[in-house]
Order: sequence, then structure tokens, then C-alpha cells
Amino acid sequence: MNVEMKNSFLDADELQRQADEYRLGILDMTISGNGGHIGGSFSVIEMLTALYHRILKHDPKNLEWEDRDRLVFSKGHCCLALYNVLAGTGYFPKERLKTYYQDGGLTGHTTYGKVPGVEATAGSLGHGLSISVGMAVAAKHQNRDWRVFTILGDGEINEGSVWEAFAAGPQFGLDNLIAVIDCNGYESLGTVDEIMSIEPLPERLRSFGWAVREINGHDMTEVLSTLGQIPFEQGKPSAIVSRTNKGNGVSFMENVFKWHYRELSEEEAEQARSELMARIEQ
Amino acid sequence: MRDAFIAELNALAAEDERIMLLSADIGFAVFDKFRADYPGRYINVGIAEANMIGMSAGLSLSGMRPYVYTIIPFLTMRAFEQIRVDVCIQNQPVVIVGVGGGLAYGHLGPTHHATEDIAVLRALPNMTVIVPSDPAETRAAMRAVHGHDGPVYIRLGKNGEPALADNDDFRIGKAVQMRGGDDLAIVSGGPILKVALEAADELAEAGISCRVLNIHTVKPIDAEAIVTAAKETKAMIVLEEHSVIGGLGSAVAEVIAENATGKPFKRIGVPDVFTYDGGTQEYHWAKQGLTPDSVKHTAQTLLTA
Repeated sequence: MNVEMKNSFLDADELQRQADEYRLGILDMTISGNGGHIGGSFSVIEMLTALYHRILKHDPKNLEWEDRDRLVFSKGHCCLALYNVLAGTGYFPKERLKTYYQDGGLTGHTTYGKVPGVEATAGSLGHGLSISVGMAVAAKHQNRDWRVFTILGDGEINEGSVWEAFAAGPQFGLDNLIAVIDCNGYESLGTVDEIMSIEPLPERLRSFGWAVREINGHDMTEVLSTLGQIPFEQGKPSAIVSRTNKGNGVSFMENVFKWHYRELSEEEAEQARSELMARIEQ
Repeated sequence: MRDAFIAELNALAAEDERIMLLSADIGFAVFDKFRADYPGRYINVGIAEANMIGMSAGLSLSGMRPYVYTIIPFLTMRAFEQIRVDVCIQNQPVVIVGVGGGLAYGHLGPTHHATEDIAVLRALPNMTVIVPSDPAETRAAMRAVHGHDGPVYIRLGKNGEPALADNDDFRIGKAVQMRGGDDLAIVSGGPILKVALEAADELAEAGISCRVLNIHTVKPIDAEAIVTAAKETKAMIVLEEHSVIGGLGSAVAEVIAENATGKPFKRIGVPDVFTYDGGTQEYHWAKQGLTPDSVKHTAQTLLTA
């Protein structure tokens, strides 16, 4: 949690409300930008909210702070989620969210050096975990206690490079490395199971040498308690297989793969907004 | 050149604790001294080049100065997209050191030949591409790139190359004139510079004076030296140990075409083919026409045109 937030501690219910407010921001950007990876942004939003509001040691006003935890957002196409959380935690003014998909504005994948708080460029899948392994090796080498969190998609780990990194994390004893796999069950054209299955993922990761927890990624209490137990085992990297629903939070988007990337009609936008407002006001 | 690289890296690592060395399970016994002198600063990442490049970017983003090393095709083409995204788009000071430039691994077959690496890497924004010609120039290049604020590719040969440039004053992007002359300009770089110098000396004996430019930095290229050479001589030949598509010859052609020098020009390099034979580096040079005779013959054709 960052310095300013220490005075505004949010409990699980409040964090859930915050996550739904971010969903509303994601929806607005998808509408104003006329497109975006909304489904996977909704599936990962509880995790990002918990991390940036409660778990990460970070300071949005001091980007170069050497002892900050790093978060590498490897499923960069779901940048709408990250942008909202970064703006919401003070990395840049919320006004900037309106530049998404505008000429000269925020891009559809996250770029290091251009957006405050983005620790690594992503967009091409299968890169973030290797970068994170390098960061975690650096922290160990420098005898620092900062940690590296990587957020991957489940479709993303079709990429072979991810498995090179899954092998490297335990090999180098990186218990300062945490991989969160946002398993919403879908890739672009269908379910991960029917296209290129990665299951049984927890067993695969354990067999590679990771300490693994499998959780409901939309249960804020479970997300918080799991993140609070890192590292799960000394000497091993931690993996969280976060079971989520693509499009979670809007009834007609949930587990419908066309909401991987899509524009909304006016009616759809209206319904999505009213459903999210109802969740927030609950 | 390989021993020169590691000797200089050993020296640099003594001065700069940020230096780390990664290899993809290549370099038997080569790194023993580095490992002994700098515990924890050498990582064998296994046969996993993509992960190695990604890791190097992560190390660099976290304040380290990584050098990555393996055989060129696997380093530059297997992991090309990691080089593009993790290193070049993020503009990280990672030094990518490839061994087996050109046909140095002639015996090992076409999987191990490195004849398209310069073409693909010089297309990447932020990348600097350096091709030393001998051990001394390798050490000088290593010193020059240390502290360079961006990605660098250094293309080594193998080991035991003769002294050619013996260049101790290495400046990135600055060509070195090895011979003076005003009939013909021969532009080259890397170990094949040996052939360029032999051809120039033989042509000089035949009364054709040759200016030989050692372009050790393919990118950024020394356009001024190239244009000057083109204007002050009657014809230009580029000799390179790389495909004629996209390498030094192409880079020089781009410069002279845009500066309207209008002089006869010819590239001599590996034609647009793979080489399936076994054989020494010298065998492959001869087979592909990378010889003094080939340069002399081309010179005579250009100068009598």
C-alpha cells in the first residue's frame, strides 16, 4: 500500500466497491475509445485492486523508489484495468484516461516509460514472466527485499517462452517472485480448454517447482488473504491460479467469449452501466 | 575474439559491480575465471534464449548491466522478438554478444551460420550494431560500449583471429581508414577485413590504389566517411561476411544512393542462399566468392566499365 493510502485503509467490501468503480471506468473507456479488451480487464480487476490498494509496497509519487515492489502486467491487452487502477492510486491524473485510443493518447497495450507506474512494456504475450525473473534475480543479487508480481493471462501461457520462465523461477530460488495467472478460461476465439489446454495448471506449476494456491479471483476476501501469505514457501516462487470469469460484473458479458474485445452498442452500454451502478450501490 | 571479449568483460566487471553475464549453456570453460572472480554474477540460463533476453531486460530495468552471450542464430533470431520488445522498445542497456559471426562455424552447418543477423538487428530502432574485426578491436569495442545508454549487438567471430585493425581507439559509429588510395574504395568489417586488405595490397601492386574503410559499426553507420570515399575514388566495393541482403553492403548502398555519388558500386557477400556443405570458414569464403581474387576481378570490371 502506498504512503497516502495508509490513512484510508479499505476493507474487503470497500475494495470490492472500488473494483466495481474501476469496472465502470473500464466500461467508459471502452465506449469512448470504441473498443478494448473489456472481458479480460473485468476478470483481473479484483486482483489488481487488492494489489495496488493493499499489498504492493509502492509510492506513486516516487516512481524511482528502489525498494518498491514491481508489478509486471504481462497480459498487456487488458491495460484498461491497469490504467484505471494506476490513475485511481495517483500515478497520473484520471483525465488522462480519456485519451485512450485518441490520437497521441494512451495505447491499447501498456508501454514502459510512457505511462507512470508501468514497469515493463507488454502487449506481445509471453514476455512479462521472463522480465520478472530478471528483476527478481536482480533483487536477490542486490540483497533487497522488494518483490516482483507478474500478472499473466491463461491464454497467454500457450506461449512457450512462459514455460522457460516457469522453469527458471524455481531454478534460481526466487521466492520474491509471484506469478498470478488470471484464468478466465477464454482466449480470443474460444475456451482455453478447447483451443490449447493448459490444465491441470496447478499441478503443472507444482511439478515445475512453484508453491501454488488456487483461488476464486472474484472473492476479495480470499484474494486478500492469499496475497497476504506470500511467499507460500521459503525458497520457492509463488503462483496464484486465480479462477475468474471473463466479463465478470456484467451479466451479458460473463463467459461469452465475444467480449474478449468488442465495441458496445448504446443499449449494451446502458445495461452494463446500470448493472455496475447497482453493484456499487449495493 | 571470444577470449578477447571475456578478458575485457573480466576487466570491466572489476570496475562496475552492475555487470552480469548470462549465457544460454554455451561457452565451455570460457567463463570459469569470470565465475570465480565474480560469484553470483554469471548465470547459465539453460538452453532458453527467449528467457535469457527477457531476463536481461528485467535485470537492466533493475539497475544491472547485463551482457548476454550465445551462438548468433539462436541469440538473435530465436529470441528476436524478445530483443525487439524487451530490449529495444524499452531501450535498455543490454549488450548482446553473439559468437560465430558469418561462416565462422562453417563445419556445423547452416543452422549455425550467421548470415542474416545484421539485416534483422539493424532494422531495430535504438539498436547499435558492432562488428569487430580482431581481438584488439573486440576489446576496444567492449570498452566503448560499456556505459552506452541503449541496446548494443556485438558480432564476434570465434577465436584465434589474426590482428587486422589492431584498433585501440574505437569510437562507436566512426569508420577507420586502413589504407589510403583514390582509385577504388573497399568497404569492409569483421574478420573478412583480412581479405579486403589482401586484395587492396595486391591491387596496389598492380597499380590500383585502394582506400580501405573498416566499418566496425554498421549502425549508426559513418555516412560521412562513406560519401567522402565514394566521391574521392572511382568505384566502391563492399566485402562482407553476411548475406548481400540487408547487411553492410545494403547499409552502404543506402548511403551512397541517397547522396548521389553516381559511382560504380558492387556488393560482395554471401549470395541469397543457405550453405549446406561442411567445411572450414576459409572453404566457405572461397565457395561464396569472398576472396582477394573475387575482389580484384570485381575491381577491374568496375574500373573499366
